[in-house]
Amino acid sequence: MKATLIIFWKEFRGYFNSPIAYIFIISFLVFTNWLFFKSFFLLNQASLRAFFSILPWVFLFLAPAMTMRSWAEEKKLGTVELLMTLPVKDYEVVLGKFLASFVFLIVTLLCTLPLPLTVMLVGNPDTGAIWGGYLGAFLMGGAYLAIGCCASSLTENQIVAFIIAIFVSFALLVIGENFVLMNLPYRLVPIFAYLGLGAHFESIGRGVVDSRDLIYYVSVIGFFLFLNNLSIESRKWK
Amino acid sequence: MIDVEHISKSFGPTQAVKNVSFNVSKGEVVGFLGPNGAGKSTTMRILTCYLPADEGTARVAGFDVATQSLEVRKCIGYLPENNPLYMEMGVLESLQFIAALRGVPESSRRAKIKQVIEMCGLEPIINKDIDELSKGFRQRLGLAQALIHDPDILILDEPTIGLDPNQIIEIRNLIKSIGKEKTIILSSHILPEVAATCDRVLIINRGEIVGSGTPEELAAMAKGGQTIYVTIRGPLQEVKEKLLSMGTVREISVLGEENGCNRLSLTTDGTAHLCEDIFFLVAQNGWSLSELYQGTVTLEDVFRELTTREA
Repeated sequence: MKATLIIFWKEFRGYFNSPIAYIFIISFLVFTNWLFFKSFFLLNQASLRAFFSILPWVFLFLAPAMTMRSWAEEKKLGTVELLMTLPVKDYEVVLGKFLASFVFLIVTLLCTLPLPLTVMLVGNPDTGAIWGGYLGAFLMGGAYLAIGCCASSLTENQIVAFIIAIFVSFALLVIGENFVLMNLPYRLVPIFAYLGLGAHFESIGRGVVDSRDLIYYVSVIGFFLFLNNLSIESRKWK
Repeated sequence: MIDVEHISKSFGPTQAVKNVSFNVSKGEVVGFLGPNGAGKSTTMRILTCYLPADEGTARVAGFDVATQSLEVRKCIGYLPENNPLYMEMGVLESLQFIAALRGVPESSRRAKIKQVIEMCGLEPIINKDIDELSKGFRQRLGLAQALIHDPDILILDEPTIGLDPNQIIEIRNLIKSIGKEKTIILSSHILPEVAATCDRVLIINRGEIVGSGTPEELAAMAKGGQTIYVTIRGPLQEVKEKLLSMGTVREISVLGEENGCNRLSLTTDGTAHLCEDIFFLVAQNGWSLSELYQGTVTLEDVFRELTTREA
């Protein structure tokens, strides 16, 4: 676990050592604030609903952008060989890299705290829904990032990693959306509704933290990190 | 220290390593010599546990690379091919990172880092970022990273490739000084380089070991095809005849003529005292000699020799 921590620090500092982190955070803030305030005064409701409802779609592009470097760059530069011949276990590296992007995402989301503060100033919002929304955003973001890390480990081309991650996340997001569910056979609807990335986020966002939703996100993260680990290990397959 | 028994490795239809066996004893400096794609890097990757062998076993410091990979990796310092580095990191930062992952205890980390910085001459660049470094310094940093945990075994994949002649000599001297205490395997495709640093050489071609021995032994194998270049001022016909009558000169070709100076290349059977003999021959006849140069034994010479002998 010590190795995980070391990798985590190196990767996390890596984000902030380059302009990536700042560009990323600023564009995220500009984008989400714009989309939020566009309708906030119009609806005249003291709620962050509009903000949270766009997050699944914002993450769809931003999370893959955060993770596309993580393995693809190492493969391209050959540093993966340096890293994997150090006395570290594969899963420790996988975990360290994921955690770095995860904590970076949490930092980015915390930068939006002025939004709920503004809303609290001008009105009387449901704080349970706000904290629920943030918790859901962390978890859902984690799922997107795990998919992104996994996609990045499949290729040495960052653009390819980016597109694979968007594609997989998109697929997992839309299977739970109503316009897909409507066209499915009756029996499959609950399964797909459960598998969709967005629905659990909405239900946590209502302020109700259900263990099923937590289990869902933790297992999606676990599953894709497992695949990530497999793809790193695959060099050893005969 | 290193025992390799019958390892093979294929990538799809191409067999990169075929039934290779060798061993390296403690304190030895062994060079892998072979053209690009001969299987040098693959063998090194198997020894460093980056890739598994399809068949055969390899033991490093008593540990099996397949089943005790972590223990093996702990006692090896590895400089991979093309010296991959984390370009966005600082020099000191990257050394700290590798030292931490290598499990160098926090208490001795500073001392160890200081030690490799001195050993590899990194003082002038210690505060720079890696992407600002010249190729020579990058190579030293790669070596420093491999040395940080004071490993017993060093595996260096083409440590001098792409460096200028001065840098090559610096790295070579560095390797030589490290080699006094450690077991080293290094690869190269330049024979003089291997000859200058290694106690023993393994020649690898198409995944197989085609020859092994000390650099002197290998050079001796290739002497049959030695070439000598001379430039003599004198009547061309007579010069040729006299040279051929020496007996050891097999063939003469004229490379050029300028102001009465003939530049010749001589293919010889052996080189013992031949240069001296040529000098005396020229002196006796009252000609003048402005060039006398013995072509260095190249990898190709040894190679041609070894492969034709087998066929």
